[in-house]
Amino acid sequence: MSRKIQIKIDGKPVEVEEGSYLLAAIESLGIEIPAPCRYPFLPPRPVCKVCSVEVALKGTGPKIVESCSFECVEGMEVSTESEPAREARKKALRNMVARCAENDLLKDIAVQMDVASEIKFGKELCTCIYCKLCIRVCDELVGAGALSFKKGKVKEEEGESTPIVLDPEKCIMCGACAHVCPTDHLRLEEEHDRSMVHKDMELGPNSAISLSFRQAVPNVPRIHAEDCIHFKLGGCKVCSEVCPKDCIHYDEKDIIEEIEVGTIITATGFQDFDPTPMKQYGYGKLPNVISALEFEKMNNAASPTNGKIVMEDGTEPRSIAILHCIGSRDEHYHTYCSRVCCMYAAKFAHLVKEKTTAEVYQCYIDMRCFGKGYEEFYKRILDEGVNVIRGKAAEVIPARYGRNEEGKLLVCLEDTLIGKFREVPVDMVVLCTALESHDKASEFGRKLNISTGADGWFIEAHPKLGPVSTTTDGVFLAGVCQSPKDIPDTVAQSGAAAAQAMKLMNVGEVQMDGAYAEIHQEFCSGCKICNGLCPYNAITFEEDKKVSYVNPALCKACGTCVAACPSGAIEARHFTDDQIYAQIEGILS
Amino acid sequence: MSFEPRILGFLCNWCSYTGADLAGTARMKYPPNMRSIRVMCSGRVDPGFIFDAFRNGADGVLICGCHPGDCHYAEGNYKCARRIPLTKRLMKDLGIDPNRLRLEWVSASEGRRFQEVVTEFTEQLRQLGPLEMHDIKFDPSHPDPESLEGVEHA
Repeated sequence: MSRKIQIKIDGKPVEVEEGSYLLAAIESLGIEIPAPCRYPFLPPRPVCKVCSVEVALKGTGPKIVESCSFECVEGMEVSTESEPAREARKKALRNMVARCAENDLLKDIAVQMDVASEIKFGKELCTCIYCKLCIRVCDELVGAGALSFKKGKVKEEEGESTPIVLDPEKCIMCGACAHVCPTDHLRLEEEHDRSMVHKDMELGPNSAISLSFRQAVPNVPRIHAEDCIHFKLGGCKVCSEVCPKDCIHYDEKDIIEEIEVGTIITATGFQDFDPTPMKQYGYGKLPNVISALEFEKMNNAASPTNGKIVMEDGTEPRSIAILHCIGSRDEHYHTYCSRVCCMYAAKFAHLVKEKTTAEVYQCYIDMRCFGKGYEEFYKRILDEGVNVIRGKAAEVIPARYGRNEEGKLLVCLEDTLIGKFREVPVDMVVLCTALESHDKASEFGRKLNISTGADGWFIEAHPKLGPVSTTTDGVFLAGVCQSPKDIPDTVAQSGAAAAQAMKLMNVGEVQMDGAYAEIHQEFCSGCKICNGLCPYNAITFEEDKKVSYVNPALCKACGTCVAACPSGAIEARHFTDDQIYAQIEGILS
Repeated sequence: MSFEPRILGFLCNWCSYTGADLAGTARMKYPPNMRSIRVMCSGRVDPGFIFDAFRNGADGVLICGCHPGDCHYAEGNYKCARRIPLTKRLMKDLGIDPNRLRLEWVSASEGRRFQEVVTEFTEQLRQLGPLEMHDIKFDPSHPDPESLEGVEHA
């Protein structure tokens, strides 16, 4: 701890740490002095001199200093409002103003100093105030050293617009220079216009440190090493300086932990069906055709639109069509019903009715409101005035010109209840996409020795008697990885899976199956053929007796060794040779 | 009345037996000619079982296991896959048409495939006709008459 010292600012006594900068002490009193060339994470360097104040030290007369970089000394007296101080600041401002174009920052400072009428901006076109922050940040903080001042004058007549020179070889595109530039002279220009709201929702974070999403659990930010200046060049570390609790560690690495467990609950979930290949719906091509998950994200109060339902141009839609069974109940994609879509589509309709005045059209094959309270909810949205059309949408096309539906989308479908072809003009189309098994489900299943069905969902041990267990003892299934299901069903199944797992853990030991292979050692010739066959290394050769032995705890009773034994010395309990011969005889007699 | 072959099927517990079960619960129709025996793994199928089946009057033997790489016991189906060609050679030596033995991979989700395999195999055996054991003349001095064709006798 450095020593506390007493100083006086405008006659008021202030206690500060010895060696701290004067500007901080001035600001702690609520006195505002502009300091455009200051950046809190760089050591101060007086460039602009707009922060000048008058200081009287013991034994010397008053003098003008730059408060941003002047270190406090015991007993000094500071005057921020004395005439020399004000004059010094005005002079500094005039100097700065004289060599740059008109900009808001300096105008504001002039207003603050009450000299707005006196100052006159230079004839230059650029707004650089030569504060050097960008160059210093790039050199000192980032460590890239990509920026420098141009030597000589800026030749505006030759099209030059800035005194800053950027070395593209050294630049890492971190944007720090643009961030610190007080006058917005340096900017990162987007090559593409990203103003569209819907595209924004899919955009990643533009800071290298962010939450993975707003309701993430645990809700802590993560540093994206691939974007972080520190991980690129070793500098910066600004985040650790601002973190009040010292939470940021740069040396943590991704680690693979191996945990020994007795039971495993598989809850790998699903992936959202990508409707892009279904060209007839124009997803990704037509504006305002969005997937259900995107619509859900938009509805979230923490979304980029703050939960407002808007079209890409930011206006509220006046009509929305919700198309069911996109990718489900479709022979070309998934024949199964994704089960949850009808109800979330009903929820969407309800939300639209609640938040907007838009018309809602539900285009469905069948409304499957299967659960407790679900049919009632469906009735409720009907009462709210939601239009339901029985018929699967055939395609979505932009409305033709010449009709007063210009700019709208036409949903073409056959209304099977009235037996007519319809074209419904809407502003926005929401595609209720199918739930799909994970691409890597079968690869993962192989690791656990459980299999996936034709649709890619994990197969349970028995559809009625073992709906959460699998063919591998101790591995259980929970949620959509087994088949599409809604939240209540998932919670119920997860509870069952947890209970099954706890049942095993509680006992603490595993009950052996009665079926395993046994070697009748009196017949064993010691040929060792079986030893290499066992995939579980359950068979060992007893050197002293010159016979093989099956460890019943390791044996899984596949019977491969039994079939291979040339002496017929191995018996597969419950699947003995005698039993199978008897079956063959019985079946064929 | 046309000839109805009798087929004995060895189905592995984890894939094919479940697949056959699925074909049943899905009400898929396949010929009733196949009767199945459940074994834990296709690797359990002893060639002795196959010959015993033929001796007991089977016209064909079908063995179904998990797809390669999917075996519940890691590699039992590979063991089976190596035994079957040897068994077929032995069948040839004994004068039994090797086509009467068939190894197929049917996973637990492939009820449809199980149906197809059984239907196809039944049809194939119908073409081959019944297996007449007394027709088989086994001469130990000439184990494989075909392999001796074109060989000069000493």
